[in-house]
Amino acid sequence: MAARGLDLILHRAQVKLCDKLQGVRRPYKEVIDVFQGDLHRAGMKPLTFVRQVLAACVYPPLINSSNLPLDVRQRAQEELGRCVGGSVGSYSATPGIPEIIHSISEFIKRRDGGIPSHPENIYISPGSQWSISNILNVLVNREASPRTGVLIPVPCHNKTVLSITQLGAVAVPYYLSEEQGWALQVEELQRAHESAKGVCNPVALYVINPGNPAGYVQSQKSVLEVIRFAWEKRLFLLVDEVKKLLSSMQAYFKNQMHLYKGTYGCLHVALQLYQDCVYGENCEFVSYKRAVSEMGPPFSGTVELASFHSVSKGFSGECGLRAGYVELVNLDPAVMKYIHTLFSKDACSPVLGQIALNLMTDPPKPGDPSYLLYKQEIEQIRTVLVHSVKKVHEVVNSLPGFSCPPIEGGLFAFPRLHLTPKAIQKAKELGLQPDTFYCTRLLEEGGVFTGPGWEYGQKEGTYHIRFCIAVPQDVMEELLRRLSSFHMTFMKDFS
Amino acid sequence: MKSMSKITLQLQRCARDITNMSQQAVNGVSHRGRVLTLDSMNPNVKRVEYAVRGPIVQRAVQIEKELKEGAKKPFTEVIKANIGDAHAMGQKPITFFRQVLALCSYPALLEDSKFPEDAKQRARRVLEACGGHSIGAYSASQGIECIRQDVARYIEKRDGGIPSNPDNIYLSTGASDAIVTILKLLVCGEGRDRTGVMISIPQYPLYSAALADLGAVQINYYLDEDNCWSLNITELRRALSAAREHCNPRVLCIINPGNPTGQVQSRQCIEDVIRFAKEEHLFLMADEVYQDNVYAEGCQFHSFKKVLFEMGPEYSNTVEMASFHSTSKCYMGECGFRGGYMEVINLDPEVKAQLIKLVSVRLCPPVPGQALLDLVVNPPQPDEPSYATFMKERTAVLSALAEKARLTEQIFNTVPGITCNPVQGAMYTFPRITLPQKAIDKAKELGLVPDMFYCMRLLDEEGICLVPGSGFGQREGTYHFRMTILPPTEKLKVVLQKIREFQLRFTQEFS
Repeated sequence: MAARGLDLILHRAQVKLCDKLQGVRRPYKEVIDVFQGDLHRAGMKPLTFVRQVLAACVYPPLINSSNLPLDVRQRAQEELGRCVGGSVGSYSATPGIPEIIHSISEFIKRRDGGIPSHPENIYISPGSQWSISNILNVLVNREASPRTGVLIPVPCHNKTVLSITQLGAVAVPYYLSEEQGWALQVEELQRAHESAKGVCNPVALYVINPGNPAGYVQSQKSVLEVIRFAWEKRLFLLVDEVKKLLSSMQAYFKNQMHLYKGTYGCLHVALQLYQDCVYGENCEFVSYKRAVSEMGPPFSGTVELASFHSVSKGFSGECGLRAGYVELVNLDPAVMKYIHTLFSKDACSPVLGQIALNLMTDPPKPGDPSYLLYKQEIEQIRTVLVHSVKKVHEVVNSLPGFSCPPIEGGLFAFPRLHLTPKAIQKAKELGLQPDTFYCTRLLEEGGVFTGPGWEYGQKEGTYHIRFCIAVPQDVMEELLRRLSSFHMTFMKDFS
Repeated sequence: MKSMSKITLQLQRCARDITNMSQQAVNGVSHRGRVLTLDSMNPNVKRVEYAVRGPIVQRAVQIEKELKEGAKKPFTEVIKANIGDAHAMGQKPITFFRQVLALCSYPALLEDSKFPEDAKQRARRVLEACGGHSIGAYSASQGIECIRQDVARYIEKRDGGIPSNPDNIYLSTGASDAIVTILKLLVCGEGRDRTGVMISIPQYPLYSAALADLGAVQINYYLDEDNCWSLNITELRRALSAAREHCNPRVLCIINPGNPTGQVQSRQCIEDVIRFAKEEHLFLMADEVYQDNVYAEGCQFHSFKKVLFEMGPEYSNTVEMASFHSTSKCYMGECGFRGGYMEVINLDPEVKAQLIKLVSVRLCPPVPGQALLDLVVNPPQPDEPSYATFMKERTAVLSALAEKARLTEQIFNTVPGITCNPVQGAMYTFPRITLPQKAIDKAKELGLVPDMFYCMRLLDEEGICLVPGSGFGQREGTYHFRMTILPPTEKLKVVLQKIREFQLRFTQEFS
């Protein structure tokens, strides 16, 4: 697999430089950068409460500032009280600040309908990819023959694939079914597993739910089938649940429901909000951890699972702070000791990121001074997402040679391009993959920075592009306007 | 909660269907082992140890828990003199840095008149360079461009004008991240061709941990304890030629100022090392995270890059090198921000392309750490409002450390059974302890390395947590511990006193 995501980034840098040097005037003022799942880069605003608390933690004299709401100041004081020496500049314990770990375990427990989560199984790291590569490192035996294999979905975001190959393991692709809304079919898992015979020894199954780049949310039935498959084939389950914007919303509102229990009126409102949150109809995220537990024995006590989460996604979108966590389930305690040592040599995760994570799992409550603004900002993000999901589906499907299934979850659209033979030929002439060619032109002429499908993997002969949908309403409208205009021209040019 | 129980029922229904189908499979399996076991896991990971956060720290945490629960002990707190964490020991952050970072975190504060203009200016500059003007956006994997430019300028200024190319600067999640990244690039080969990496003994155990993890061959070169932990080229040569028998030595790591030993290499020594690296075709890794922590008279920090270039093009055009720096040490002590960078010299362009790919896997280093680094390399200038306070704070921290370094050496050398080299730089002392034979025997009985036994006893009796010398490496038959000089002066005096008392008691007990 060639350099993932690299070419386009370099190309973009070149474009920028080019313009500067040649003074070429483009038909657009600014590039709309939706290449990564980066809310802030795309124009979304950070959550005020989170940033106020972080600022007060960084510069404690602000705790005495009447310009900040009381709950912000109190919260900053609490968070600092948990930092060694009362400073966000000191190291934390290897897995993370103990109170924050505990808070995360409570959050997971609420998310999973009361199924306990044990703090000693949770590790915070600088982003989810960091913990994914640490766990892969434990699983992959470089000296093994045959080589270690890891089943990965196609399409798949490329960082994990890079980690797998860098460790000397083999990535064994299983194809998600685009016709069935990117469903994960067990028959396909079976085929992929079979295909590994004689090539490598598959020890792990990597699942992304909600999907990235494809915006599916696995049905509960599918989740159970995958768990059973992993159990039967003796595969370690690596579950990337980073894009569970849905479930963090659900958990947030569930929390509110709990607090409103006594008040019928409020309960009714909260329930309504909860139901409105779901992107797709009949779509309900269930975590693998919960599913494993609810399946009961023998699965609940034996399926080995690592699930990965992040502060980069969800409402706060604090990608730059670098905080993610892994929850390890049913692992051998002796192996856990080594995992601890492995994480310890990285010292610890950035403390500001840990605090941001905590603020996400334990946000303002009704009655707190910051609650109304917090709720409003979350609502705004939810509205933007719901609007984006609808608009993208509508617009993309209205264009010839472009199609997109409903986006059920996650942060991206992954529409399919039906390119003409002429376009494909031109791409070949330029030594580019067809969708890379499309994306390059879209960047240069349309001023929209997207990712070509080939970098994520796709069925031979199909082409896609990926772009982030967590974008302010006006930016999304502009994006879709530019995309439509460019697409029509492109299709015409290569008809 | 109607909806929640709905999920549970659905799951259970589905699960029953699937479980029924699997029942035969279940019945067929008598005992089911785990997928991930000690036998199936990556054997390299089993060799990884990191003493700084190892067993003694786990014991210290246990004791702290017991104290919290009201247990009676001969002390009321555990003093964690095991880890180079300045803020944990009460050192105050630099006001200016924290002001800028607060402004970056919550830009509405740019309207607050209580923040100085020079802080606001720097915050604006950083925010301008961030996606969406937010420190919450991913940056480029190599780090924010204008910050890399600032780092390059800092290096140029530090090194008397020798040019530094921002393209050769890679920001990282602490220096450790960059060190491991470079090692990943360098380690390859099988069997006798496996990459060998030269590292000082004693060393900072990140190196041994990383080498174990990567399955590289660790090549030990001993620092000379009798000569203030100096580095001898003869010893380098010895280690190298012995290593050539069983591996392919490609890398030479040097920590300057040293950790745990604190020695500051003379300029001559650095030249000799560079010459050696060129002769023997070795990649140089210069860990310079303590570059501002130099205390001893007559000692001065010389950057490897500077010396390399001053040796002329024969060296500066050929020797491949990476130097590392961090925001965790020096006078900043901002460990929790995980800020750092490396500068690579003479790296093959194709290798650089691979390097970019490698760093892109983890997306980017923490942006607050990048912003902090920008301030470290671009601090208040004499004509700026925050300059006076900044200099006052910086000087206070560094002079306190210098005083504590001197005090530590002085006091330890009055204790029978403890000898201590001058703490020329860094943040640690690595004294040698003489253990009575009976103590060594007792340790063996308990299945402990003698200096671990010593440190455990010290922890249990005095509540002082140090790291045994065995965690860093030492000559066979010698024993040491590493203690930080970070506790506030008064507390440090108490710690030194308690260690003295313990040493006398311990020697008495095992005489």
